[in-house]
Amino acid sequence: MPELTAEVERLSLVIEIGGVPVRVNTSDPGFLTMLQDRYAGFVGFAEHAEMEFEIDLTPPRSCDPEADVRVSHSQGRWLLERGDFRAEWSPETRSGWIRQSANPYSIDAVLRIVHTLVLARQGGFLLHSASAVRNGKAFLFAGVSGAGKTTISRLAPPDATLLTDEISYVRKQDSGYVAFGTPFTGELAKLGENVSAPISALYLLAQGPENRIDPVSSSEAARSLLANVLFFAEDEELVQSAFHAAFDFVSHVPVSRLTFVPDTRVWELIR
Amino acid sequence: MSQMYVARNPRVAARSLDGEMMIMSGRDSTLFTLNKTATIIWQAADGTTPLDEIVERKICLEFEVDHDAALEDAEALARELAGHEILQISEEPIVARKPNFGELR
Repeated sequence: MPELTAEVERLSLVIEIGGVPVRVNTSDPGFLTMLQDRYAGFVGFAEHAEMEFEIDLTPPRSCDPEADVRVSHSQGRWLLERGDFRAEWSPETRSGWIRQSANPYSIDAVLRIVHTLVLARQGGFLLHSASAVRNGKAFLFAGVSGAGKTTISRLAPPDATLLTDEISYVRKQDSGYVAFGTPFTGELAKLGENVSAPISALYLLAQGPENRIDPVSSSEAARSLLANVLFFAEDEELVQSAFHAAFDFVSHVPVSRLTFVPDTRVWELIR
Repeated sequence: MSQMYVARNPRVAARSLDGEMMIMSGRDSTLFTLNKTATIIWQAADGTTPLDEIVERKICLEFEVDHDAALEDAEALARELAGHEILQISEEPIVARKPNFGELR
């Protein structure tokens, strides 16, 4: 009698961003290789994962690449949707699933969202900013698209370790804040280093005729920070958490405006 | 003439920093920064004090302005803030409120 069922090999890898190991399981070896390449430097083999996702690959289909992300919470589970994926995650069981085609962009979006959900409960956040480590201290450079995140990353001297040119990972630890490298890239298209360091300063980027650092008021610092924090969930509790985390951050980390001309001398100010 | 009562929406997050009151909508994470007059109204909006009395006690004394004109401006402001769901307005006292866990100073 022929076999009616065949055991499907379960392949998995752990993607560790911000010190949070996330295991993803798939039955597709090609997709696994794609993920290993995409998250090179962030792939670990930890036996213990803080979160786990089953990937359900679907055939590619046309969808609006500009479609908005929808993140909603119901009966203890988060539902994440965009034109190119659908996912669910349970904070209680720390597990979920992702339904998407075999591309690296959809899972990337899911990971960003899930990390923002987890960080919000811990007083941390993802921030639209470049970040780098120099002399054991992390520096963040925040700004909207075009403010100079990629430029300042490109100008970084050899002794600076780039954490990201696009999205910084900020966690609260003890009495301060720590920045972690991320694989979330901007125009530089270069993955950050998977290292971390205490945050020494946040600079609000502006381009101008000279390199200078100017103080900003606490209220402007908080406003600018909030404008650059990644929000996905329309959830009152999480919004409250992120709001108060931003104020706590500016009370612990110096925030200044960094005006710079696009050449390497700006890094003489950042030590 | 009916009274207007105002109450802070407990579903928003609010903080005062450098004398500026910043409020974030829990619904859509829109950030509002209140001016001095709006901040006075926000802080006094306990749901049981009529807006008329807030204007008389807090605004007219502070800014030495005409009561009727100030009340008209305050009512317009309260309606605008209510439109953004960061303030509740009613012709009756607003007593059934959840604790405002969102506000820290």
